[in-house]
Amino acid sequence: MVRHLFVLLLLTALGTLFFALQAGFSPDSELNQVGRYYASHTAQDLGAANIVTAIIVTYRGLDTLGEVTVLFLASTIIGMVLSKGMQKGGKVSDLPPAGELLSTGSRLLVPLILLLGCYVFINGHLTPGGGFQGGAILASAALMLLLADPLRPFNSRFIAVVESTSGLLYVVIGVLGIFVAGGFLDNRILPLGSYGTIFSAGAIPIIYTLIGLKVGAEFSSMLLKLSKTEER
Amino acid sequence: MSELLLAMSLLLSVVMVGAALVAIQPGRSLPIIILSSGLVSLLASVQYLLLAAPDVAMTEAAIGSGLTTFLFFFVLSRVRGGDRG
Amino acid sequence: MADIAMATGFILILIGIFGALTNRNMLRMIVGFVIASTGVNLVMVAVGYMRGRTAPILDDAVPVADAVTRIIDPLPQALVLTAIVIGLGVTALMLAFTYRLFVTKGTLDISKFRELKW
Repeated sequence: MVRHLFVLLLLTALGTLFFALQAGFSPDSELNQVGRYYASHTAQDLGAANIVTAIIVTYRGLDTLGEVTVLFLASTIIGMVLSKGMQKGGKVSDLPPAGELLSTGSRLLVPLILLLGCYVFINGHLTPGGGFQGGAILASAALMLLLADPLRPFNSRFIAVVESTSGLLYVVIGVLGIFVAGGFLDNRILPLGSYGTIFSAGAIPIIYTLIGLKVGAEFSSMLLKLSKTEER
Repeated sequence: MSELLLAMSLLLSVVMVGAALVAIQPGRSLPIIILSSGLVSLLASVQYLLLAAPDVAMTEAAIGSGLTTFLFFFVLSRVRGGDRG
Repeated sequence: MADIAMATGFILILIGIFGALTNRNMLRMIVGFVIASTGVNLVMVAVGYMRGRTAPILDDAVPVADAVTRIIDPLPQALVLTAIVIGLGVTALMLAFTYRLFVTKGTLDISKFRELKW
């Protein structure tokens, strides 16, 4: 009971703090200096129509490199933590077969889901969306295959190869920016092209495609590892 | 138009808080709890759309409410019988 | 509208922390953390919102020339996008550790794990 009292006390303090923050908050009517720079310079300097994409891939590209590294570490640690419970094969569980609807539907839908994911990350510099969203959509295709047939042998080696190749190419493109353009992960190693078309914005579509493949592979391997552990 | 958006935002907020309250209730069964936390994420993604953030809305819908819920269910199916207390 | 969203975010943070601190079941605690992180993201997006402006995507409706006066701040959105993706990684790690702990002790009750308690 004392514990609950402490929790309530803590929450009351936090709530008072939040209330003061909310009461003292007045929204800006103008963009601040950083926002103004991004809004006015993105189109000329980088050629990207989606400013959020430009920030993620180029202006704060180092952040994103760290982010995919964190995801890679998370998926590796999950593999390490769960490695004792992984199925070694040979043992066939007596699962009921997935319904006709799910197995047929997954055959129909998986290519379409993969296509949608690729569309989302290739068009990341023009429309909402990008590598992380597209990667999650790719992983949901893997999830659908997994739901239709939980014992399906997944080619985890292929997933690992996709992940490490795209990560390596991402870093190579970033280093190329130091020598050819203005700095690490600069997108102007390729011509900017005409603004608003798919082949524009320099290296942003390529980098975002690589991020999408890497994130999709990481999420898929996370899902696979968590679903293929056996029940002791 | 603006009033409509305001009413929609208010409605979303009420449902979100309600779903969050369901999600932390000690007595509920775990599948219901996981589904309500997924519902909170899904409604949050609509809220982001109203706040003019389509990129964040897509990410939240695909990752926050889709993949997270499935991760929870995968683990839940492994830990049957441990739900005491 | 931003005020409503921000208040909702703060309330979600409080609810999530309450759930994480009062529940003994580890899966329920993780659900509390997920709800609190959703609340944090909602607050951050609401801070970047400005009345009467549109999303930071330039197209025919928002020409490049008057982008400065027409779009909202893109920086909080980029930060929240990062935060959501990292949040999934953190949640997956917590779930994997929960599963390992369940395998060692056969229970999800966190008060049964007393090895480091003094």
